[in-house]
Amino acid sequence: MTTIAPETTQAAPVIRLTDAEKHYGSVIALQGVSLEVSAGEVTCVLGDNGAGKSTLIKIISGLHQHDAGTYEVNGERVKFSSPREALDRGIATVYQDLAVVPLMPVWRNFFLGNEVYKGIGAVSRMDIKFMRKTAKRELLDMGIDLRNVDQSIGTLSGGERQCVAISRAIYFGAKVIILDEPTAALGVKQSGVVLRYVVQARERGLAVIFITHNPHHAYPVGDRFLLLNRGRAIGYYRKDEITREELTALMAGGSELEELHHELERTGGAAAEAAHVLEEEVQELGISRQASGGA
Amino acid sequence: MSQTLDVRAAPPEVRVTRRSAFARLFTRPEFGALLGAIVIFLVFYSVAEPFRYADSQATVLYLSSTYGIPAVAVALLMIGGEFDLSAGVAVTSSALVASMFSYQLTANMWVGVAVSLAVALAIGCINGILVVTTGIPSFLVTLGTFFMLRGLNLAMTKQITGNVATNDVSNIAGFDSARKVFASQFSVGGVSIRVTLLWWIGFIVLGTWVLLRTHVGNWIFAAGGSAPSARAVGVPVKRVKIGLFMTVSFLAWFTGMHTLFAFNTVQSGLGVGNEFIYIVAAVVGGCLLTGGYGSVIGAAIGAWIFGMVNQGIVLAGWNPDWFYFFLGALLLGAILLNTWVRKRAEAMR
Repeated sequence: MTTIAPETTQAAPVIRLTDAEKHYGSVIALQGVSLEVSAGEVTCVLGDNGAGKSTLIKIISGLHQHDAGTYEVNGERVKFSSPREALDRGIATVYQDLAVVPLMPVWRNFFLGNEVYKGIGAVSRMDIKFMRKTAKRELLDMGIDLRNVDQSIGTLSGGERQCVAISRAIYFGAKVIILDEPTAALGVKQSGVVLRYVVQARERGLAVIFITHNPHHAYPVGDRFLLLNRGRAIGYYRKDEITREELTALMAGGSELEELHHELERTGGAAAEAAHVLEEEVQELGISRQASGGA
Repeated sequence: MSQTLDVRAAPPEVRVTRRSAFARLFTRPEFGALLGAIVIFLVFYSVAEPFRYADSQATVLYLSSTYGIPAVAVALLMIGGEFDLSAGVAVTSSALVASMFSYQLTANMWVGVAVSLAVALAIGCINGILVVTTGIPSFLVTLGTFFMLRGLNLAMTKQITGNVATNDVSNIAGFDSARKVFASQFSVGGVSIRVTLLWWIGFIVLGTWVLLRTHVGNWIFAAGGSAPSARAVGVPVKRVKIGLFMTVSFLAWFTGMHTLFAFNTVQSGLGVGNEFIYIVAAVVGGCLLTGGYGSVIGAAIGAWIFGMVNQGIVLAGWNPDWFYFFLGALLLGAILLNTWVRKRAEAMR
């Protein structure tokens, strides 16, 4: 029922970070931080600005290297020297700016840098039909029903663009996706859309690391919660060890959200329940209609 | 998926999957230019009787091709997010290098042609490397190389030939075969057609193919639309841009070869100002000044508009002193139309 693997399980987590430390000159950006995420699990990293969230994802995604501690991928100790190495291991990062080109059609964005060809020699050309169909199908699998994958991606909403980036990472073989504040720039309704895809990704058996400063976004979808403050872990909980209220209370700046009353205190990470929580949350915020695709 | 969420996006509703043929035409970047070109064609067709002759149309197309060939590459470069202000004088530089090399060293014409190609590609490469490594806007970098080439063209020509023009190369070995390739003409139904028209069509087809049917085209759109995003998904943006600058200098070289073999001598001061005509052709043809959007066919239509106006004014018997005024007004009109069409097209999507 719950997707959290017991500590005694034989399979190593996809990603395990133990006592990771990172210095920038004399500044300690991260100290003694541990984190793990297994397939089919969402680990949320919460913290205010400057808490060390981005340093943490930079280590995991191969942009920076940790100075102390260990980083294991599938039980194997690694030290990545470039994001390419992390990508080769199936660790994909969806950054806030999403790496999409607004003026380009959805399908071209989807396959950008991974174009599919057909034919040989002089008549070899991109298999546009295949790429269109695939992009449409993959997005539909994620629940985005696009009228037309030829529309420029700039015409999609922020949440939908986020989802295109996520489904692209999944399609190209990501086993782990790191989502860098995917809901930060979005309204409540759009955030709901993105959170649904986080759950979708988990349902597909991916390991998800979800960076956010919003406990309200983290709690419904998360299986584990790592709280950071000033480069240190101030808490690391499994979902059954913490309530939404406690999580919110631990987070600085969560007071506005405390005003919202939540009846749901059930534990467990089943997707339907998470979605239920989400739905209620969305309803509570006064949004009756779910976000719909298209422009 | 094992469990489906009960809050899926929306119940699967019937969506329109096929857009009408008109809507698809309407949303193409070159649609506005095509509309403008048709209007201009009809105007001259009705007011200028000589404009209706096939010979006049051949002349229009010849003129269009000499501007349209570099405009193919300039459009690609602009879609890739950059400018090249040195393209106009680079045409002259190429012609000067080929001409003077073969003449001074009494080498076969084709050797001069090859040396000139190497020089041209080097110029494009330098432009590109300067832009991508320094991060200085290409407008400024190529403005610099524009003036440098302009100065070099004059100074080197005077230094070597003692004149502002090069010597006649028509007696040099290889001239005839080179002329066949770059500047011959043939007759179709009594109408004399210049070979540049065929080359132009070839370059348009090739450019369009690359842009729309290969990953390189995808990368060009991405490099111009959002270079950081393109880089993040593994597109070698710098290589793409350097390649585009070299494509511009390649087609500038080609145009230079045409100039040389059509006239046998080259005036060192030629070409200044033509870079703007290439850019205007691309912009009229639907290329966004900011990059990431546009079409090669559009730039070709832009060049055709230029050719029609240039010849049409003369054929209509209007005072040619007004040429640039009419040209400017028409181009402005075409751009406005284009912008309007694009906005409507966006709304229709």
